[in-house]
Parts: sequence; C-alpha cells; structure tokens
Amino acid sequence: MNSEMFIESDLNRTNKRTQALYRTLFIIMTLLLILPVVIILGTLVYKGGGIISIDFLFTDPINGMTEGGIFPALVGTLWLVSVALLISVPLGVAAAIYLSEYAADNWFTRIINLAIINLAGVPSIVHALFGVGAFVIFFGFGTSILAASLTLAIMTLPVVIVSTRESLQSVPYAFREACWNMGATRWQTIRRVVLPNAVSGILTGIILEVSRTAGETAPIMFTGAAFFLPYLPQGVFDQTMALSLHLFVVATQVPNVPDALPYGVALVLIGLVLLMNSISIAFRMHLRGKKKW
Amino acid sequence: MTTQSNQLASFDQRDKEWYIDKAIQIIVFMSGISAILFVVGIFAFVTMEGFGFLLKDFSISEFLLSPWWEPTDEDEPTYGILALVAGTASVTGLAMLVAVPFSLGAAIYIGEFASGKKREYLKILIELLAAIPSVVWGFIGLTIMNPLIIAVFDVPVGLNVLNAGIILGLMAAPIMTSIAEDALKAVPDRYREAAEALGATRWQVIYKTVLPAAKNGLLGAVLLGVGRGFGETMAVLMATGHAINIPGSVFDPVRALTATIAAELGETAVGSTHYEALFTIGIFLFLITFIINLTADLIVRGIRKQ
Repeated sequence: MNSEMFIESDLNRTNKRTQALYRTLFIIMTLLLILPVVIILGTLVYKGGGIISIDFLFTDPINGMTEGGIFPALVGTLWLVSVALLISVPLGVAAAIYLSEYAADNWFTRIINLAIINLAGVPSIVHALFGVGAFVIFFGFGTSILAASLTLAIMTLPVVIVSTRESLQSVPYAFREACWNMGATRWQTIRRVVLPNAVSGILTGIILEVSRTAGETAPIMFTGAAFFLPYLPQGVFDQTMALSLHLFVVATQVPNVPDALPYGVALVLIGLVLLMNSISIAFRMHLRGKKKW
Repeated sequence: MTTQSNQLASFDQRDKEWYIDKAIQIIVFMSGISAILFVVGIFAFVTMEGFGFLLKDFSISEFLLSPWWEPTDEDEPTYGILALVAGTASVTGLAMLVAVPFSLGAAIYIGEFASGKKREYLKILIELLAAIPSVVWGFIGLTIMNPLIIAVFDVPVGLNVLNAGIILGLMAAPIMTSIAEDALKAVPDRYREAAEALGATRWQVIYKTVLPAAKNGLLGAVLLGVGRGFGETMAVLMATGHAINIPGSVFDPVRALTATIAAELGETAVGSTHYEALFTIGIFLFLITFIINLTADLIVRGIRKQ
C-alpha cells in the first residue's frame, strides 16, 4: 500500500485555497451588509439615548414641539395599530383559512395569491391615495383614526394572510383526516383541531404585523395622522398624532428643534419595532422547540 | 309520493352544524376574495380621483416626456413627470448597484457556507434589519449620511442621489437577502450531494450547480427589490434633496415620484387639477409596481414548475 494516496495533491491544495478565498469573500460581503446598519443604530443610541426618560415618554410636546415629550404620539400609534389589527386580523385569518383549508389548487386561487403579492407590493403612498379616495372622501370618514387604520389594515393584510397560512399548513394533514373520520364537519375540524395547533404561529405573525403597522408613515399622513394636536383622540373619528409621522415632523418641518429630540423619537420608534420583532422571533423559536411532530 | 319524500327527509342529515359549516365556508371565501377586491379597489379609487385630469388637462406626451413638473405655475401649469421618473430611476438604480451584490453574497454565505447557530443568528439579524421603518431610514439619510457625504466628497450638500441610493440600498438589502436565501434553499439537496460526490469543492458546487438552479428565484428577489425601491416614499422624500432635476451625477439632488405625492398632496385642494394630477402619478406608480410584481411572480413560478 503506498501512502501517497493520502497526501494532498496540488489540485486539492488549490481547491482548498479557492474555497477559503470565496468563503472569506462572502463573509466580508455579509459583514458589509450588516455592520453599517449596526454602526448607524449605535450612533442613534449615542445621540438620542440621553433624552429618553419616563418624562419624555409620558409628557406632551410643548413650545412648538421643540421641548417636552411624545406622549400623544405614542397614544396615537397605539390607537392606529389597535384599530388596524381589529380589522386586519379577523379578515386576514379568515382569508388564510380559506386559502389553506378550502381553496382548490386552480387558476382562481392563483389569482387570489397574485392579488396578495400585489397588495404587498403596491407603494405605500398609493395606499395613502386609496385611503384618501375611498375612506376619507367616498365613505365620508374624514381624516380620522378609522380612515387611517383601514388604510393600514389593507396595506398590512398580506402579512397576516401569509404568516397565518403558513402556520395552518404546518399542521399535519393526518390531524384533519383523523377528525373527519370521526364525522366532524370541515369547520369543526378547523376550530377544534387545526386552529388550536396553529394559534401560536398565527400570534407570531400578528406581532410582526404590529411592528409593520407602527412604523408606517406615508399611508397615515393624509388619512388621519396630524402634525400636532393639543389633545388625545377620544374615538375613531378623531385625528391623532403618530410616532412615525412625529419623527418626520420634528426632523424636517419644525424649526429650532434641539438636536437630541428627533434622535430620541427615532430611537423610541426603532425600539418599539425591534422589540415587537424580537418577541415574535423568540416566540417562534420557542414554538419550534416545543413542536411534537 | 308523500311517503317517498318523507323517507328522503329522514335521510337528510343537515343539522345545525351543517349550516354553520356552510356559513363559515361562505365567510372565509368572502375574506379570501377580499384581497382581489382590494387590489381592484385601489386601482378603481385612485383612477376615479385622477380621472378628471385624464379627461381634460392630460396629454400623454407632456405627462411622460416633459421634464417640467410645475403644477402651481399660475400662467401655464405643466405636468411632466420625466424628471421625477429620472429621480426615482437613478435612486433605485444606485440602490440596486449597492444592494444586489451584497445581498446575493450574504445570501450565499448564510445559505451555503454558514451552519448551525451562526446561520440562525445571521438570519435573525437580517430579519431585524428588514424591520427598520422607512421614516427612520429617511432620518438617517438626513442626519448621518448627509454630513458624512459632505465631509467625504467635499460637496456643499449631501442630500442627493448618492445619499438616497445608499439609504435605499441598505434598506432593500435585508429583504433581498432573505428572499434570495429562500431561493437557494429551494434547490434540492440532492443536487449538492450529486456534485459533491463527483469531487466538487463547496464553491464549485455553488457556482456550477446551486446558482444556475436558483437563477430564477434570485432574479425574482432582485425584481422585488426594484419594486421596493420604486415604491419607497419616506426615505427618498427625506434623503434626495427633493429638487426637480434630471441628475447629471450622483451628487445632484433629485425628486422621486412617490415623494412628490407625499410632499404636495397636503397642499392641494380636493378636486383641483393639481390634486388630480397627483392621483394620476399614483395610477402610474400602481401600474409600474403591478408589472414588476407580476413579472417577479411569473419568474419565480417558472422554477417551481420545472
């Protein structure tokens, strides 16, 4: 037996070197994608971190929005997100149930799927125009939380539909068959077997939608969010301030704003969005660990 | 005759549950088609509001070919979107130049090289980056990129094509990375195993086997990124400089289609020609993104069929 067999040939060596070279190249590309954003976020924390306090979160803006806190904007975002969820969650979950449990694999389902993709791809400012044309003017809601939330709900509907459909489809088909064999109707099967097994996955998607809805600016600019309001909204037909629009306003529209203020607003907005996303991700990983099938 | 129908009736097992089942079926079906209704509704309402303009002041050659967007000119308002299209296209083009290589590279690393925990963490990080709201990106362009560009390139103003292009690129990259990684994941493992069995190194496997097989999915990812860039509003509103201009270099300020609507809609009277012209831009944007999304979908479907 000659031991030469196990010695690296020149070809092996070159291959290995090329391999290592490409690996390093792609690591660098990945880092170049991530690092700038991390540095930018670090800068935001550095410049805006100082202004954030309990007072900043829970007091009203004063002196033409150059001082004070962001309380009305926080409350407004809460209103907008809640009302939007009340609309989009039932609608989106029902649509996902249809697509996952009822729809046949045919041209009609394909059109629905295409519509969902397109709904997600329509520019946010076009959603805003739709909101103005349909809800503010045609249905006569005026610029109000209702009009803004409807616009947001339709815009983020694909998020709910897609994530719910995925978690419904991850429930094994055998579960359904077992239930049907007991004589259960389709809906009984869905309600007693499919939904309970998918509910955590659906929740994950909903949290993700909260994050998307809270960050949107363009769709609410002309449908219900105001630059500044001296009072909190009392109902869905009132206008409201919103965190995302407030950032735009203090960053571009208001003169003599102290440097730290817009950074603080940006930080709160990012914090809110990333927190929601982290909860959603943690939830998803927890689920994956628990799954028995 | 009556006995027969009585007999039939006893076979009829439609109880309360049966009717509930039918009712639910109708409800979920209605919800399912709501997505179609909304897309049609968006087109219908935006067109309806812009229709007056299309009927009277609209001239397709002026709209598409004139670089003068001067809706507030008192003597002779002009409604040309050429400069705005140039603004959107230049910013989106630069963004893709920045984002495409890096997101494909990152997707290849995450999907093909990284493994275990490292891969998991990178995917989570990319997902979090994709969640940063566009108004925050605009703010970053305004406050961090702006002075940086002024300092590095020694130019008087840092709000320009370069700024918005980089911002939009950073913004689109995480989304493109995760779609591209999905496309790589969709390539069956037996392709890789077959190539490895022939003695190919990891890079040879990727270059000769995985990338050709995932070609359509990757193209779809890029197209979705383009659609994203085209429709982005707040970031380009804040970072481009918002000056109507056909850019000669990356240091020229421009103005985007989306940003024009966002900046001007609040100042126009409902039903005025200017207002209707903004909705006409909306129709234009809707149609362009519709075509981009449709093409991306067809390309991605193409590979699934094979």
